[in-house]
Parts: sequence; C-alpha cells; structure tokens
Amino acid sequence: MSLTLEQVRQIAYLARIEIGDAEVASMSTQINEIFLTLIEPMLAVDTHGIEPMSHARDLTQRLRTDAITENDRRDAFLALAPETEAGLYLVPRVVE
Amino acid sequence: MIAHTLTQLSRALASREISSVELTRFYLERIERHNPKLNAFITVDPEKSIAQAKAADERLATGRAGPLTGVPIAQKDIFCAMGWLTSCGSKMLANFISPYDSRVIECFNAEGAVLLGKTNMDEFAMGSSNETSHFGSARNPWDTERIPGGSSGGSAAAVAASLAPAATATDTGGSIRQPSAMCGLTGIKPTYGIVSRYGMIAYASSLDQGGPIARTAEDCALLLNVMAGFDERDSTSLDHPKEDYMRALSSTFDDKPLAGLKIGIPKEFFGEGCAANVMHCVMEAIAVYRRLGAEALEISLPNMHLSVPAYYVIASAEASSNLSRFDGVRYGYRAPEYGDINDMYVKTRAQGFGAEAKRRILIGTYVLSHGYYDAYYLQAQRIRRLIANDFSGAFGQCDIIMGPTSPTTAFRIGEKIADPVQMYLSDIYTIAVNLAGLPALSHPCGFSESLPIGIQLIGNYFSETRLLNTARCFQQITDWHLRRPAPFDDA
Repeated sequence: MSLTLEQVRQIAYLARIEIGDAEVASMSTQINEIFLTLIEPMLAVDTHGIEPMSHARDLTQRLRTDAITENDRRDAFLALAPETEAGLYLVPRVVE
Repeated sequence: MIAHTLTQLSRALASREISSVELTRFYLERIERHNPKLNAFITVDPEKSIAQAKAADERLATGRAGPLTGVPIAQKDIFCAMGWLTSCGSKMLANFISPYDSRVIECFNAEGAVLLGKTNMDEFAMGSSNETSHFGSARNPWDTERIPGGSSGGSAAAVAASLAPAATATDTGGSIRQPSAMCGLTGIKPTYGIVSRYGMIAYASSLDQGGPIARTAEDCALLLNVMAGFDERDSTSLDHPKEDYMRALSSTFDDKPLAGLKIGIPKEFFGEGCAANVMHCVMEAIAVYRRLGAEALEISLPNMHLSVPAYYVIASAEASSNLSRFDGVRYGYRAPEYGDINDMYVKTRAQGFGAEAKRRILIGTYVLSHGYYDAYYLQAQRIRRLIANDFSGAFGQCDIIMGPTSPTTAFRIGEKIADPVQMYLSDIYTIAVNLAGLPALSHPCGFSESLPIGIQLIGNYFSETRLLNTARCFQQITDWHLRRPAPFDDA
C-alpha cells in the first residue's frame, strides 16, 4: 500500500485540516513509511476467529439515573469561546 | 530538603517541623532558579499556590490533615484545574483557562495538597521525548542536551531536579514509565480504570491512564492512595474496592522478603533493539531481586512485536475521534482569518495542531475510513486481544514480568524527531501493557554514562500493591532511586 498525494489531501479534508503542497508531500512520505515499516507487517497475521478487543477491559456500559448533575454555568463556558453574542456561539454564516 | 522523599516531607508537615507555606516557597524558588534550564513547567502561579499552602497550614493546625495536606505537587498540564491554564502542550489550548477541575485535581484539592504548577508535555500526550510540546521541549536534568522522555517529560524533569517532590502524569503508551526511567524516578501506571479520566484531556481513551511519578515506590503508593477511586463521571472507571496502597507495603524487612515471588523474564524484551548497557543494568537488577528471595524464569510473549503496529492504529484512530472536538467554536484557538465555516475549521486545525498531532489524526482518519476499517482497525483490535492473551498466559506461570522500560537511555534532543518510526520504536517495551490494560511500574536500576536506566515491572490486573511492594523491597537495599543530578543538587 502506498498513499498518493491525492489520497493524503482527501484524508486531510475529512479530518478538516488544511494542508499545503509542501506539507502534503512530507506528510505522505512519513505516513507511507510508518505504514510500510511499522503497520503493514501486522496485516499478514492470521487473526481468524479472534474477537476484536475494543477496550482495555471487557466492560459493560454502566447506566446512571437520569438526574441533573451539573449547574447552569453558561456564562463561564461562553467566556471561553472565541466569539459569542447574546448567549450564543458565533460561527460564519451557514444558511443564507 | 531536596534529599527528602515525599513520604518524609509528609511526616515533616504533620509534625509541624515545617509549614506548607515554607515548603511551597522553597520549591517555587527552585522553579524560578532552575526552570529556565529545564522548561519543565508551562505555568507557575505563586499567588495561587501560596494561598493553597496557607489554607493547608490552617488545616494542619486543626489536626484535620491527611498525608498529603500541604504537600506541593506538580500537575501534568493534561489535568484540567479550575482557573489554571490547561494547555495539554498545544497551541490549540494555549489560551484555555479551565472552568472546572478534573477528578485527579479534585482529589488533591480535597486532600489539601498544593498545586505547585502545570508541567510541560508532548502535545496532547503524543510523543516520547517532550519535543512535540508547543512550549518547547523540557530537558533532562541529568544532561540538559537530552530529552527527559515523554509524554510526561515535564513532570519527570521537575521531580528529578527537585523542583517538586512528586508529580502526576498519564500513560497511553508509556508516558509515565519511560520518562521515569530516563530521569531516574519511580512511576506507576495503574490498571486501566483505577484513576478517573474525568477532566483528563483525552488522547486515546481506551489506553489513557493517570498515575504518579516520584522518587520512591513508597511515595507512589502515597500518591496513588489519593488519585485512585471510582468516579461515576468516567464511564470506564472501575467500581473496585478502594485499597490502601501504603498499608500494603511491608513494614518488616527480613533477608528474603520476596521469597516465593516468581519473576517472568520475557525473551522478547532482551533481543535486538535493546541497548547492551540497558540490558546489563536490568539483568543486574533481576539478580538483586533473586537475592531478595524471588525466583526468575524465562517466559515468552510471542505477539510482543505486534504491539507497536496495533498501538499506532488504535491510538491514532481514537485520537482522530477525540481531537475532532477542537473546532474553534467553543473554546481554544481559532484562526484569525477565514472565509466560510469549513475554512474556519480547516485553518483553525491546521494552525492549532502541531506536526505530530496532525500525523496521528490523519493516520487515524485513514484507518477508520470506509474500505480500510476492517483491514487496519479491526485487525489491530484482534491483535490487541492476542497481546492481552499472551499476558494472561504468562501470568499463569509467574507473578511479575520484568524487563527494560525503554530500549535506550535518554537520547539527544533533535536526534529522533524527524524520524517518526524510530521515535515510535522507543516505546516498544511499554505499549503492550496499555493495550492489555495492565498495571506496570518503572524504577531506577542503574546508570550508564551518567544517564539513568529503568526496569519495568508488569503485574496482573489490580496488582498495584504487589508491584509497589516489590519495588520497595528493591529500594530498601539499593540507592539508585536516591541519586540526584549534580547541577540541581544545590538546596
């Protein structure tokens, strides 16, 4: 497997990271080397019948009661945002 | 005072030989003097720390104090602390003043410990050298041209140079154990789920686990007593009976305190890739363990060589998901100039993340994408189970697995940063433990050319007590853990 520059651009788009021409070249070289030397050898291992282990311990999800546990701290949280107005987060216009 | 362990400082505070304000001032002064050489701290706020120390002194006066009341502790900058800059080593959060406390910070606050400062780390804990930090690399006090290890490099550098008596850290692929080894300290990564991840900024959630770095195993037990415990706000927190890790430490010490202990030596840990000086010191340490009564036998972890590939697929996949929250909308960095909303996202994330974070996000996005998910992500999860099965097989034969923590001593700053493959291979002995969710400890076991070497002790689930007690027995008859780097030995 070897990722083309176009594939790396597409992945960067999916990850919402702008990537320039110089960066896409160096990034794809590094990623291809990581796959080739570190990751690809794993693909040949026979794992037929092995259940994927998705977590460090085989836990079942705990349920909690549907109770209010947080106070209203709207102002404190809004104060951290780059841009707010009238108690709302501001982003560039999405709907004309 | 810098010769005192955390445990000794705790006693000195309890007996009022020293006040928390005096102790906190002592360390703040050392930070002011030495931190420019080490870059171990991202944030220090003397006013806040002294206020906490004053409150601790009042509490000590009334006799309502706990073992860590008044003790200054350095906190890794991954733990949200209300009112403190919590940057996680990233430009993305370089303006983030946390509006809440992580569980770990809550625990230390409830105990009356003093927050001495926030320590430097690799960006979002992604790194093995501390060089990916937005704030520049922390430096190793044993040789300031070298890395302190990572990702908890600032925590380790701070404790090694006695800028703090102890520090917190987190470990996703070795980030507590590897810097402990490289800075000559003792650190323990507990069983996954023992320390709450609430408010601990997520990198790879199925692997991340908090723990302490200090001089001695006894100090680690004291810290773990405060850090461990069930927390319903972390959905993977284990509802496990709370242990007293201090009480479990042997109070008596005879000739053969470890009689009956079976040590497994995995042959895969001593092959190609492990430096001769590291191998030598680790074998010497195992000889010490045998003198303490333990028995050593060779074991095999046949899938060990697959832990690095499985880790980089799983950790990157989880990172790409976890780091999707940084969008420039609710908190953190936002690009100064942008067009539409998509442009705002892509510019914010391009400018806010460093090269290593981007690389892992891209790898993670790829292995989770349509058509590649089965081949990479599910295959990595299947290998994860093979690795966990190797350990459970091994623990049928032995009680503790021992081997090197890191294949080399601390390398030079800049030596590996341009070569991600070499950098990733420096975690070859620590990663498997995270995949399996096991507890593991690193403690100093020797030096080579004035650089510390660590031995790693891996135990079965919930064997923290046994690991701490075993290391403590070693530390009763050796003094590697008490050595301090000369340039900072100037109390």
